[in-house]
Amino acid sequence: MSLASRVGIRLEPRVDNPRWMNWAVPVCSFFAALLVGSLVLLITSQNPISVYQRILERGFLDSGSLSGTFISATPLLFTGLCAAVAFKVGFFNIGGEGQFYVGAIFASGIALALGADAQSWIAVGAMVVAGAVGGAIWAFIPGILRAYFRTNEIITSLMLNYVAGIGATYLIFESDSFWRELSGTGAVFPKGKIIPLSAQWPSFDLGSLVVPFGLILGAVVAIWLHVLQRRTRFGYEMRVVGGAPSTARYAGMRPARVIVAVAMLSGALAGLGGAADVGNFRHVLDPKGLQQSGFGYAGIVVAALARLNPIAVVFVSIILGGITNAGYALQGPDFPAGLVGTLEGLILFCTLGGEVLVRYRIVNLRRQGVPA
Amino acid sequence: MTTDVDTKAVTAPAVAAFGVSKRFPGVIANDDVNFDVRVGEVHALLGENGAGKTTLSNILTGLYRPDGGYLELSGQRVSFDSPRDAIDAGIGMVHQHFRLIPTFTVAENIALGAAQGGERILLDMAAVERRIAELGEQFELSVDPRARIWQLSVGEQQRVEILKVLYREARILIMDEPTAVLTPLEADALSQTLTSLTRQGRSVIFISHKLGEVISIADRITVLRQGRSVETIDAAGATRESLAAVMVGREVELVERRGVGALPGAPLVLSVGELSADGDRGLPALRSVSLDVRGGEIVAVAGVAGNGQRELVEVLAGLRPRTAGRIEVDGEVLDRADARHPIRMGVAYVPQDRLGTGLAPDLSIAENLVLKRYRRPPVSRPPFLRSSVIDAEADVLMEQFDVRAPSSQTPTRRLSGGNVQKVLLAREMSGRPKVLVVSTPTQGLDIGAVATVHQLLLDAAAEGVGVLLVSEDLDEVLALADRVVVMYEGSVTGVVEAADATIASLGVLMGGGSSEDVA
Repeated sequence: MSLASRVGIRLEPRVDNPRWMNWAVPVCSFFAALLVGSLVLLITSQNPISVYQRILERGFLDSGSLSGTFISATPLLFTGLCAAVAFKVGFFNIGGEGQFYVGAIFASGIALALGADAQSWIAVGAMVVAGAVGGAIWAFIPGILRAYFRTNEIITSLMLNYVAGIGATYLIFESDSFWRELSGTGAVFPKGKIIPLSAQWPSFDLGSLVVPFGLILGAVVAIWLHVLQRRTRFGYEMRVVGGAPSTARYAGMRPARVIVAVAMLSGALAGLGGAADVGNFRHVLDPKGLQQSGFGYAGIVVAALARLNPIAVVFVSIILGGITNAGYALQGPDFPAGLVGTLEGLILFCTLGGEVLVRYRIVNLRRQGVPA
Repeated sequence: MTTDVDTKAVTAPAVAAFGVSKRFPGVIANDDVNFDVRVGEVHALLGENGAGKTTLSNILTGLYRPDGGYLELSGQRVSFDSPRDAIDAGIGMVHQHFRLIPTFTVAENIALGAAQGGERILLDMAAVERRIAELGEQFELSVDPRARIWQLSVGEQQRVEILKVLYREARILIMDEPTAVLTPLEADALSQTLTSLTRQGRSVIFISHKLGEVISIADRITVLRQGRSVETIDAAGATRESLAAVMVGREVELVERRGVGALPGAPLVLSVGELSADGDRGLPALRSVSLDVRGGEIVAVAGVAGNGQRELVEVLAGLRPRTAGRIEVDGEVLDRADARHPIRMGVAYVPQDRLGTGLAPDLSIAENLVLKRYRRPPVSRPPFLRSSVIDAEADVLMEQFDVRAPSSQTPTRRLSGGNVQKVLLAREMSGRPKVLVVSTPTQGLDIGAVATVHQLLLDAAAEGVGVLLVSEDLDEVLALADRVVVMYEGSVTGVVEAADATIASLGVLMGGGSSEDVA
């Protein structure tokens, strides 16, 4: 007898889910996470209301805070799209993290190779392409293993995150690679070469608000993905393969090829994020910084909260970016450093819990007279 | 008092339901159900899917408690708090899907769960085997108690299930669609078993939606419709038509083949020669099968499920590689195991698993209707799909095939079984096929939908399409087919003209007999 039936409830699949649930459930999950988070804060004798108020102010309301939020949101936007597009076809790409690193390696590599004399738009364009290609190559591995050898992509893509992280560390800390700065202080303290000024991505100053090029690129890509999914032949195949793989085969589609293509698309998106990270913000391949950020994993939270809708990913990444940004700003003796991570975890937890409510109804067995 | 009860028990029905009701949120599964089963009677509960048969049997076996009404056993009011109570009261359930452990012996399976806890540590298997042998003799249910389940045929496994409930001293046996998995010969044997059971004072509740078999097997029939018990009828005077009318609540015209057959000079649209293929486990499942279908003809493939029919249609649909043999569609050779190839050559295919293989359940009706045409104009204009064309075509097809849904944008998972099948047939026929392969097209549909689907198949044939109908339902096969190909263990055991076919003759072939055995 299952635990659920012992406590007198059972989950029944819903026949249809009303439209309002598409937004109501994530919103409620988000607030439920804040509620549980406030319990955590109370335990650590913090006032939850004032903490949340400070997050709201430092993440969104204070002057200049939104510009910082956009910086935090940009990588999340790309890794969120990476997870959303892959999960939609049932390819559980946990490897956004590693694909992000490889994108950063490729993008910084091409920027350094082109050198200071390259025209800015060529350098930036080359980084965009290189980042996407790097991420796609990295995701191609779990993609092809899953599609043709039935390997579990969750495990392979996750393991490749470590490979990519160790690879990036090797390039900077354990070898005299092309990426590593060998002159000046770099000879003593290992660090990456700074990419030339011409390869650094622009940010657009709108008075009080600074919008990084990477965020705009991500928003455009999100709209493009939406059109791709809803309006194109490939999008149609993605939806059939994702929802009904044996139907796809029956209709003469090639599910294996679709999966590999989606895996590469997904990896390319994470790789773009890596390129944006180097181009827009760090200007250097920084393996330690990348691995501490965990953008790839946070992207899974973004995608889940956005219910895998690319347009929603844009907004969710800005909200989570705001929380992250506020976390950086507020970190100190009276603001626990782990709080933002805790909140993110709670949000994912509550979102997945909410997802159960979207798919299933809770049935009270006792009221139905079923002996539990 | 005791004597009073005893005399009552002699005349009182074995089981009776009085006003039994059961509600689920949004559904009334049982609504004031009344019926009584006499001692020594086979009593059928007849109804369509969703009529409340399963809920009622769950109430009888103590799995649900009724919201209203009550049950009486031998005149005494009972209330079951758990399945255990129902078993102790002498009610036993013979499930449609057997609950047996394949690697255990018959005796071990029967002893499993029957032993009351705490009596003794060691099971006396010899005693169990003796008891099984006795029961087998008493009720003419011969099974070797030491045989392992995997060694037994489906019919024998069912006997084990029956012995299992008899071993627990059930006096009332509930059988849920017991013939669904049996060949006609095995069904005959089951019918004899039922006679033997009832002669010795056992009562049987026989749950079914098949009109023919309830008339031949049951003594009386209680018809359920929309959760209510509509009428209890003596099987002796009932006909399929009269029962269907009670079951559906209106007159139903059961479709019959008008005996047209292939049009004169009709082309050979499908020719299969010596086709062999392996099953999912890599063992030969299709052995050298040959058959022909002409335009306008309905050829049925009859057989008990799992005798190679699935492999046959999957090879035809390009979903399974063949190991040998030849397929020609309208004179052209079909030689690749690739679903696109048969689609292009005009082989339409309605699979058995309609929602899981035939449709994408989360996609709309309109999107599902172009599932096989989305790669070509006018639907496709690379890289886009033209939703205006898709929606316009959907409206036409839904009108033409009478698909009932709120709109063409409704996801197909929300449709009823009959409408799902209409969407599938609409899509397959819209591709202007030469051959239409349909696999168990009416399984699980209600009678009204069955008649509609049968009519659509006859219409397809009338348009000159060659129809290959794979079905386990012999009533359906005899009603529609011009010719019947019988399969057993992957081979064709006989090809019979519909005019010469009877359930009995097909039954022999379905059990592996040859045409000589029929004659």
